[in-house]
Amino acid sequence: MRLGIGSFELDVDLKVEPGEVVAVLGPNGAGKTSILRGLAGLLPLDVGRVALDGVVLEEPVASVFVPSERRPIGMVFQDYLLFPHLTVVDNIAFGLRSRGTPRPAATTTARQWLERVGLAAEAERKPGSLSGGQAQRVALARALATNPALLLLDEPMAALDASTRVELRRDLRRHLESFRGVRLLVTHDPVEAMAMADRLVILEHGRVLQSGTPAEVTQRPRSRYVADLVGVNLFRGRASSNVITIAGGGSLMATGASDGEVFAVVHPRTVALYRTRPDGTPRNVWEGRAVDLDFEGDRVRVRLEGTPAIVAEVTPAAVRELSLDRGDPVWVAVKATEINVYPA
Amino acid sequence: MALPAHKAAGVRPAAPVALLVLAGIGAAFFLIPLIGLVLRTPWTAIWDQLRSPEVLTALRLSLLASLSATAIALVVGVPLAWTLARLTFPGRAVLRAVTVLPMVLPPVVGGVALLLAFGRRGLLGGWLATTFGVHLPFTTAGAILAETFVAMPFLVITVEAGLRSMDSRFEDAARTLGASRWTVLWRVTLPLVRPSLVAGAVLCWARALGEFGATITFAGNFPGRTQTMPLAVYLALETNPDAAIVLSLVLLAVSLAVLIGLRDRWLGSS
Amino acid sequence: MRWRAVVALVVLALSSACGTSPPASSSSSALNGTITVFAASSLTSAYTAIAKDFQQAYPGSMVKFSFGGSSTLVAQIQQGAIGDVLASADQPNMQKAVDSGLVAGSPSIFAHNRLEIVVAAGNPKHIATLSDLAHSGLVVVLCAPVVPCGRYAIEALQKAGVSVNPASQETDVKAVVSKVALGEADAGIVYVTDVKAAGASVQGVDIPPGVNVVADYPVAVLKDSQNVPLAKAFISYLLGAGQPTLHRYGFAGP
Repeated sequence: MRLGIGSFELDVDLKVEPGEVVAVLGPNGAGKTSILRGLAGLLPLDVGRVALDGVVLEEPVASVFVPSERRPIGMVFQDYLLFPHLTVVDNIAFGLRSRGTPRPAATTTARQWLERVGLAAEAERKPGSLSGGQAQRVALARALATNPALLLLDEPMAALDASTRVELRRDLRRHLESFRGVRLLVTHDPVEAMAMADRLVILEHGRVLQSGTPAEVTQRPRSRYVADLVGVNLFRGRASSNVITIAGGGSLMATGASDGEVFAVVHPRTVALYRTRPDGTPRNVWEGRAVDLDFEGDRVRVRLEGTPAIVAEVTPAAVRELSLDRGDPVWVAVKATEINVYPA
Repeated sequence: MALPAHKAAGVRPAAPVALLVLAGIGAAFFLIPLIGLVLRTPWTAIWDQLRSPEVLTALRLSLLASLSATAIALVVGVPLAWTLARLTFPGRAVLRAVTVLPMVLPPVVGGVALLLAFGRRGLLGGWLATTFGVHLPFTTAGAILAETFVAMPFLVITVEAGLRSMDSRFEDAARTLGASRWTVLWRVTLPLVRPSLVAGAVLCWARALGEFGATITFAGNFPGRTQTMPLAVYLALETNPDAAIVLSLVLLAVSLAVLIGLRDRWLGSS
Repeated sequence: MRWRAVVALVVLALSSACGTSPPASSSSSALNGTITVFAASSLTSAYTAIAKDFQQAYPGSMVKFSFGGSSTLVAQIQQGAIGDVLASADQPNMQKAVDSGLVAGSPSIFAHNRLEIVVAAGNPKHIATLSDLAHSGLVVVLCAPVVPCGRYAIEALQKAGVSVNPASQETDVKAVVSKVALGEADAGIVYVTDVKAAGASVQGVDIPPGVNVVADYPVAVLKDSQNVPLAKAFISYLLGAGQPTLHRYGFAGP
């Protein structure tokens, strides 16, 4: 689907198979919420198609547009948006009552859902008096109460503090697993994405950069964003007989590289630093300059300028021994066998 | 680290003396006329006055007219406020300006405008008379119309502000749950702006209660039919000052009660 | 240097202003200054014209007016409004002022007025007498009973044995005229002078002397006047040189 908001354009092709939880991961501003709003019918498409279980919900060229209230969806919003003037049980029953279920039946179902999320005692409270974790569970129950075919979650953990997050992540995973419809969640938190998702979709600037299982995506990052997430060095270039010419300058020698456009991943801990030009087996040796030193407990991340630029991970002892300081020239060495290359 | 109780309670910004003096003058400006009214009230005669037919008639008519005007304002004004707040269309700024106009127009001018529109020779008045036999000038309905004209803007403005400041994403949430547009309006939007609705309705009612210029110009003055309290006060001043003072006191008490009751909504966020 | 010049100019201006206005409550040889006249609305056009002539006759004098329903004016003076002369459209209101101790000396009648039925130009409803006003289909407006013209109208209607249901009781006579002129009312009872003053938009229907009422217009100097000589001079003018003007506007002499 493609849609535009102001100057921002979203152009994605998403397919969610039944039974899988898909997480759209991307930095803020990538367009994640727009995808959800587009699927929910809150944001009309410019071009494209939204179809659920074979039923077309929206297709501008065919003038098809099913309004939000008639789409079989349930949505959990980032700040939950629980109706402040209704009690918890009325909030959960809202969807059912709006769709025509009479009050007593709706309330009964709502109470059942409250039990399921462990909040039966809070039935008559107002959302304002709930904790973050409780509100999230109510929001989930509210979205699920109408038995939607598609469940959309917008940064479900974002509004929670770190400690509640861990516990609730488990709960949410459990609830998602017991839900039988299509599940799509968006988040900027990679940990959340990895924990919940069967499949990851990486979104940046309105475009899908990569899609695959969490393992696939992290082992073979295809974007700076993922590389940074995972904490590795990512290069893109053209390989020819195991020599990769890097876009942006420099070259690396690797092993087992197929010719053509490739990505090359170098883990920072495999990067060695020397004060003088080393004379040894590493095939990739070049001079750089240390521009930043990040002390993280028992590790130091050294960011190096050079051709190419790279990040190295060494011990604090090593930094002391080398008397390495910001701005110092330093020699970088990477073994060809330590470079992971795959087609772009 | 809580402050010791006496300190926490007594902390307040230091105010320059000149500011306090000016504020005192400002307060006196409002208080002195009201105190004068209360002091000059013929307290011994007040019950007799309150029960005299002219006073009771004017009171009853005023209540009927002002409440009717408020009811009309709610039925017509809330949709108008919703339109101004939620929809974008060419000429919206003009529509909003026109809606606010009666607030800044001298009421008598409003009365003249009403005559030109609904008077016997007015734009719609003639047609209303011949087609429906509806005459508005010199009738209670005319008084209600005049009051609605000057008071409705208060309702519209207040409700529009409330709608704008409300998080419209609640409406999105309701729609994803399957609520039709009407359901969203009735069960989500209006309950969420209830403070503004109440404040707007009360302001509208208070303004309608006190209306004089438009009423006397458009509806005229006739006891029991169009002589509302403000008109009765005006005329009573010349013949029966005691009645005038009592009527004024009643109006004052009502307005004060309304404003004190609304205090938090008016000054705080809705 | 420039500041001093400005100050000097200001001082000069102030002293010259002080020089021309007469000291309060002491008689001066020259009749000048300003007086404020409270006058019934029905006197509006006539008095405005007379004031012009008066100001020409007494150079340096100025007449300011406050027109309104006589009862309103008296109420205002009772509440402390400051003026020099009161001209009322009936005796009772003037008497109220006298009883309240607001009047210096005794009032004099300076003119008479009569009532007339005012109708739209062309008399589309064919109103000929007071009894026509009782027709149920007509919209009739009168002055409120507390206003002189309202009182007079009730008197005249009583004399004619006619009972009218007015659509409205206006607070002053000019409002009655304008309602008829605007077409909102079919008829009203006002003074002949008002019909004359209103011009082409209305016309009058005569009320025969048998049932008509003669309105006596008294005038008096107010006790709180700041310029008694000029006030007295104005009243003398009304009773003398101003009479032709009054006649021109439809009033009858004292």
